Amino acid sequence: MTAEATKQKAPVEKEPFLNVFLRNLWSSNGVTVTVLSIVLAVVIGAVLIVVSDSAVLAKFGYFTARPGDALEASWTLISSAYSDLLKGALGDPDAFRAWFSGGGTWQDALAPISETLTYAAPLVFTGLSVSLAFRGGLFNIGAQGQAVLGCIAAGVAGFTLGLPIVLNLIVALVAGALGGALWGFLPGLLKARTGAHEVITTIMLNYTAGLFLAWLVIQKGVQQPGRTDAISKVVAESAQLPSFGGVLRVHLGIVLAVLVTAGVAWLLNRSAFGFELRAVGANPHAARTAGISVAKTYALLMAVAGGLAGLGGATQVLGTAYALTPSVAGNIGFDGLLVALLGRNRPWGTLLAALLFGALRAGGNRMQSFTGISLELVTVLQALIVIFIAAPALVKAIFQLRAARVAGLGAVPAKG
Amino acid sequence: MNRAGVAPRRRTYRPPGISDVGEIPLKLELRGITKRFGDLVANDHIDITVEPGEVHALLGENGAGKSTLMNQLYGLLQPDQGEIVVNDEPKVFRSPRDAIAAGIGMVHQHFMLVPVFTVAENIALGAEETRGGPLGWLDRRRARRDVLETSKRFGLPVDPDALVEDLPVGAQQRVEIVKALTRDVDLLILDEPTAVLTPQETEELLAVMRSLTEMGKSIVFITHKLKEVKAIADRITVIRRGQVVGTARPDTSEDELAALMVGRAVSLEVDKRPAEPGRSVLRLAGLVVDDDRGIRAVDGVDLEVRAGEVLGIAGVQGNGQTELVEAVMGLREVRAGRIELDGDDLAGQSTKRILRSGVGYVPEDRSHDGVVKEFTVAENLILDMYDRDPFGNRFRLNLDKIDGNAKERVAQFDIRCQSPETPVGTLSGGNQQKVVIAREMSRPLRLFIASQPTRGVDVGSIEFIHGQIVHERDQGTAVLVVSSELDEVVGLADRIAVMYRGRILAIVSPDTPREEIGLLMAGITGGNEEKK
Repeated sequence: MTAEATKQKAPVEKEPFLNVFLRNLWSSNGVTVTVLSIVLAVVIGAVLIVVSDSAVLAKFGYFTARPGDALEASWTLISSAYSDLLKGALGDPDAFRAWFSGGGTWQDALAPISETLTYAAPLVFTGLSVSLAFRGGLFNIGAQGQAVLGCIAAGVAGFTLGLPIVLNLIVALVAGALGGALWGFLPGLLKARTGAHEVITTIMLNYTAGLFLAWLVIQKGVQQPGRTDAISKVVAESAQLPSFGGVLRVHLGIVLAVLVTAGVAWLLNRSAFGFELRAVGANPHAARTAGISVAKTYALLMAVAGGLAGLGGATQVLGTAYALTPSVAGNIGFDGLLVALLGRNRPWGTLLAALLFGALRAGGNRMQSFTGISLELVTVLQALIVIFIAAPALVKAIFQLRAARVAGLGAVPAKG
Repeated sequence: MNRAGVAPRRRTYRPPGISDVGEIPLKLELRGITKRFGDLVANDHIDITVEPGEVHALLGENGAGKSTLMNQLYGLLQPDQGEIVVNDEPKVFRSPRDAIAAGIGMVHQHFMLVPVFTVAENIALGAEETRGGPLGWLDRRRARRDVLETSKRFGLPVDPDALVEDLPVGAQQRVEIVKALTRDVDLLILDEPTAVLTPQETEELLAVMRSLTEMGKSIVFITHKLKEVKAIADRITVIRRGQVVGTARPDTSEDELAALMVGRAVSLEVDKRPAEPGRSVLRLAGLVVDDDRGIRAVDGVDLEVRAGEVLGIAGVQGNGQTELVEAVMGLREVRAGRIELDGDDLAGQSTKRILRSGVGYVPEDRSHDGVVKEFTVAENLILDMYDRDPFGNRFRLNLDKIDGNAKERVAQFDIRCQSPETPVGTLSGGNQQKVVIAREMSRPLRLFIASQPTRGVDVGSIEFIHGQIVHERDQGTAVLVVSSELDEVVGLADRIAVMYRGRILAIVSPDTPREEIGLLMAGITGGNEEKK
């Protein structure tokens, strides 16, 4: 094919970028499919909103007589739900207007964005953890357990060490990363040495980590004095991630997340280790033949991925929760899997996906309290987006997208 | 079998042994077939007529558009222009099902078999006979009987109960052919069928093709191997860059065919001066290696490769050559014996250290072990040197140097790609192989090991790769070439070691008559005189 390609290249003038862009816009490339998946999820979400509201459903009872009633009520409900979602995620125009006219505070106007970033920060880390492992050919289902270990290590370091300001925070973050790294290294080592499948071992270690945390927080010396419920001591102020305070919960973790994303992008594309892990991920046989130690790469990769998830857990404890509880890590590890999938295992894509998930979560809170729509809808939306992303053929069929031609001849089924 | 509503052409029971010569011969015409992929014209107004009962060879380099053309004929792709005419009736094939219904079958280069199914199950797959209606159970007995009947009728022995994964490649291919024949096809497309076969299996396949045409079947034989074309074809159509550039008779000389195919005169002989062997570089003593199943594959091999010579290992595949080379490269455990590189013991060392000590290695399975298809040409060119000066160090890569190196190698080794940033998987086999060769030759070497250096590579690239190997030898590198193509070994080697069942049977000069080497490859030593 290349022979023809070179022949064809000469007479064809280079097309303007805009033409290429427009021509590929409606093809099944990653960005278009992702955007359309979100659109589809929102549409199906709208149907669910209507179906779950009994008042609107009642109007559908006499749909044939007065269809206008049902349609209007549906539209009102859907638009108020989604506008609350947007307001809760990005900001309420009224609050901005109040701020500019002097009637409100900037904190109130910016609070929704602050919430979005607060929810997004730990997801960036766990998402990167899963993405990086996946690029190396490993399914890190264990981001949850690694994040829990990160929570434990960072939390314990945060309330026991009592180091001076700045140093305490750095030590606690490093402890969190190391805790996660240990929890990632174990399955990596097992895989490298014995071939034990990382999916099984990481799932098992998720349980281990979760139960260890539940046991730990009620131990003497860890449990908060004077409390009978499962909660640990509070992390020293010197170990907390700085935040604006008040309604603005956003903390330094999101800045750290952006920096770490840049670091992971560098690691993947510019570092020798990144080259190794990509080679092992794409073709372990060729990597081995070229002298790359596949076993060593697996072990190290899982440790690094675990470290990232651990850092996610650490930001959760040091930035938002300040104390350990059995559910301190929430679902950040498993959400990390979805974030990585949505971000197509690319570092910056993962960052954007985490921001989207953070926005949905933050907006969902407002949607729940203002429009009375259950927060579970957000979970459904997230799931739908991921399902469509995972089934690009479906999106392609629904929107009649052309086959992608981004990789030139990549989509051609014939070899000759 | 025909959910599409197409009635089976003939599904009547024929007693075994009665041939159906003269029964509905199939004449195929392709008229003005054009297929474009974006700006690339893969097929440009191709006209071909296949007469009933002939072997029609489609000759062309990798990437000339042969497979694209056949994929359209088999309904896997639809032509942009032109028509497919079967027995004077224009046809449109939306899927292979349509093509099979019209009497056209295809055996792909990469077999489409399920390894863990039996032969009968594989053959039934896609046209399962059921009892008890559409939701009924599989009629295994009938499937077995069909297989046996077809296999007997066409003289293609297959065991219906064997698991496909246990069969050698040649037998798997027979299964594919039987599978096509049970669908009652009259025209069989064989896509590079000999690329994976040993010389003996190739001979057997050619015999099968002859007997099929005697029974009135037509065969479209896609290949780039000139000898086979001359041996079997009734007519030859040569395709170059998507166009028919000529037709030829089998009595056309190989040089003429090659020139037609490549578009310029090609030398089929390896051009080289006599070797000037120097010091002994690689020395194997009593080497014993096991294969993946733990069965002895290399059983006490003593061998020596000297600087400035090419030692060729000839042998039918599966006689321990693969394991021998992998052991030298540190990819396989050495059970006993020594491997010495200039006197240093290599046994137990890591592959990385062996590569770094001046050994270049071209693995036999290019797409499995040689390249990372998702990686760009530039990345593949430094796959084993990424952490070494000037391309990088233990921590970071030097992308500028990697790009610069890629541009240099692409020009030097004539690697045809759109740019060094193209993924290697989109290149033709010959160009992928050039990437591997370029990578391994772009550093000072003491020993160069090439396994099947030109497997699946087109004629033009073979000439180039052979030239590079000889050039490396002339620089004073010790070269070890393993190939199951006897022509290649004879052409390249200064000494030939014939390997059989894990042992070196003899070391002979390349002037030794072919028949003698062929007999040695079959394990017949004749009089036991070990030649040097």
